[in-house]
Amino acid sequence: MAENIYEKIWKAHLVHEEPGNDAIIYIDRHFIHEVTSPQAFEGLRLAGRKVRRPELTFATMDHNIPTTDRSRPIADALSRQQCETLEANCKEAGVTCFGMHHPLNGIVHVIGPELGLTQPGQTIVCGDSHTSTHGAFGALAHGIGTSEVEHVLATQTLSQRRSKTMEIRVDGTLPTGVTSKDIVLAIIGKIGTAGGTGYVIEFTGEAIRALSMEGRMTVCNMTIEAGARAGLISPDKTTLEYLHGRPYLPKDKSDEELDREWAAWASDPDCSYDTSVILDAASIEPQVTWGTSPGMVTSIKGRTPVLAEIADANERRSAQSALEYMGLGEGVPITEVRVNKVFIGSCTNSRIEDLREAAKVARGHKVNVTIDQALVVPGSHKVKEQAEAEGLDAVFREAGFEWREPGCSMCLAMNDDVLSPGDRCASTSNRNFEGRQGKGGRTHLVSPAMASAAAVTGRFTDIRSWHFK
Amino acid sequence: MNKTTQLTGIVAPLDALNVDTDQIIPKQFLKRIERTGYGRYLFFDWRFKDDGKTPDPDFEMNAARYRDASILLAKENFGCGSSREHAPWALDDYGFRAVLAPSFADIFFNNCINNSIVPVVLPEATIERLFAEVRATEGYRLDIDLPAQTLTTPSGEKIEFTLDSFLRERLINGWDQIGLTLRHEDKITAYEQARGV
Ligand code: SF4
Repeated sequence: MAENIYEKIWKAHLVHEEPGNDAIIYIDRHFIHEVTSPQAFEGLRLAGRKVRRPELTFATMDHNIPTTDRSRPIADALSRQQCETLEANCKEAGVTCFGMHHPLNGIVHVIGPELGLTQPGQTIVCGDSHTSTHGAFGALAHGIGTSEVEHVLATQTLSQRRSKTMEIRVDGTLPTGVTSKDIVLAIIGKIGTAGGTGYVIEFTGEAIRALSMEGRMTVCNMTIEAGARAGLISPDKTTLEYLHGRPYLPKDKSDEELDREWAAWASDPDCSYDTSVILDAASIEPQVTWGTSPGMVTSIKGRTPVLAEIADANERRSAQSALEYMGLGEGVPITEVRVNKVFIGSCTNSRIEDLREAAKVARGHKVNVTIDQALVVPGSHKVKEQAEAEGLDAVFREAGFEWREPGCSMCLAMNDDVLSPGDRCASTSNRNFEGRQGKGGRTHLVSPAMASAAAVTGRFTDIRSWHFK
Repeated sequence: MNKTTQLTGIVAPLDALNVDTDQIIPKQFLKRIERTGYGRYLFFDWRFKDDGKTPDPDFEMNAARYRDASILLAKENFGCGSSREHAPWALDDYGFRAVLAPSFADIFFNNCINNSIVPVVLPEATIERLFAEVRATEGYRLDIDLPAQTLTTPSGEKIEFTLDSFLRERLINGWDQIGLTLRHEDKITAYEQARGV
């Protein structure tokens, strides 16, 4: 029978299943970071349990670390303690840890793929909701809570109920200036932030196939913002080409063997899904969020909502409180919204192609005088090195951006990269929740090119009419 | 895990859609390495004024009548966003034992179960009605009977809900998931051997 990729991966990882109970599925790859793992290790210790397969878990430090000079210890005592705890826990358990100074360090969802730790057909979990990113490779990847991190450490499995499947097909070709970020924001705008709840989504269609691996990661990254358990893209030639030569691939197999195995995970041509959603790529425009949830999004040509036009009372109140928080009126054209901060980074958009896109826009321009801070934070040390080798850092610096060390940074603002109350930020990250980038801070989610353009003009600007220098 | 069969308590309303875990507990409180002590940071940015100390009277839950609440009445897509288990830790530490909503985000739902917090899904119309009743009656309490899958309102009305039987059993018996899984350790080993992992 024809199967979709989720069904194939599920079946291949089933360790045990009893009617009426959750199934036990095997976990091939487990990523951990400093914020959501300490209590899991503590739990193991209290119960006298050991890490079952330490070589299948990889750790990084990303959420809490400074993006400025790292030659000195982390100033914040609690952040330092979290990082030291991770290091000690990994050492004790025999888990590889890419600490802050390690050359392979970076945001967990950037380094997994970059190192080839992420591979098609795997089950991947991490105590982090954006683990969905790894689905771009045709891996079943999702975020888990700390109790589940402890469960995976102890058993290398997860207890889970089989999900329903949803196909989101994006037909046609993307117009120039429209990116994978715009695709996924448009999808969330269409199906809503709970539209994917209970589902695993597979993205299909010509526009998805045409995306690079990095573009695909951006789409899968934000699947969680649509509420889905996981987002997947079947592996194809693009996937295999990206993976070859990555350091953590299986050593005992030839490229041809790996290709054959990986390609076999792809959904069968006439497989079915529990539900399908279809979008036309040609109709997608550059997206900008206006509110405090990723579903509160419109195109650069759009306006903030008019409350009287929202029929549902809960929705209307929610839009009203979002507009209040965002300090925006009703029916305001997006192109009239001015920002004073810009953040280019996060596991959504901090890879080399993202930085190239942003640099292309910034090249030869200057950051607007009305901008108080424009940050570029690469997703990993490797991305940073690559960008520097291409001279992108110089482009950013000359334009007036700050060029930082890798990490999560202002995506969640656990370190010093924080918005002040009332700041308005064009951000390439994934969440525009109240206070996400700092209490009272106002986040507008956009693509890297749109963020870069906003830095230059001081307001949201349609990238499709940009004057590239 | 604690065993939970019957719960009874004051109900507090939280009238917002898509309450994300960043609101339930903001990131500045995630730096601790303990599992306990997060209750005072629950809904921090909503509960307190900018000084981080003065309770904000505009936040409905701050009213004296809800001070001893142990059941949270919420709206659609509660607990969306980050996977941080600090969210149920904070709810638990504050004193909430159950959350009622028309829908929950998946990861948060699992995290609740793993912390003996009962997530109760009810139709939107029922939730709306409960909001009205809670606001109309000071000291409004609900009794939750997990084995029977019912809520009882102060007027004696019984409202049914369903919770997956496996998860219900876990809550009732206080079974820890790791212990349950390790009963099948031989199967895990067999899987590893068969697949060469
Ligand atoms: S970059 Fe942001 S969303 Fe991604 S892992 Fe870090 S904090 Fe989470």
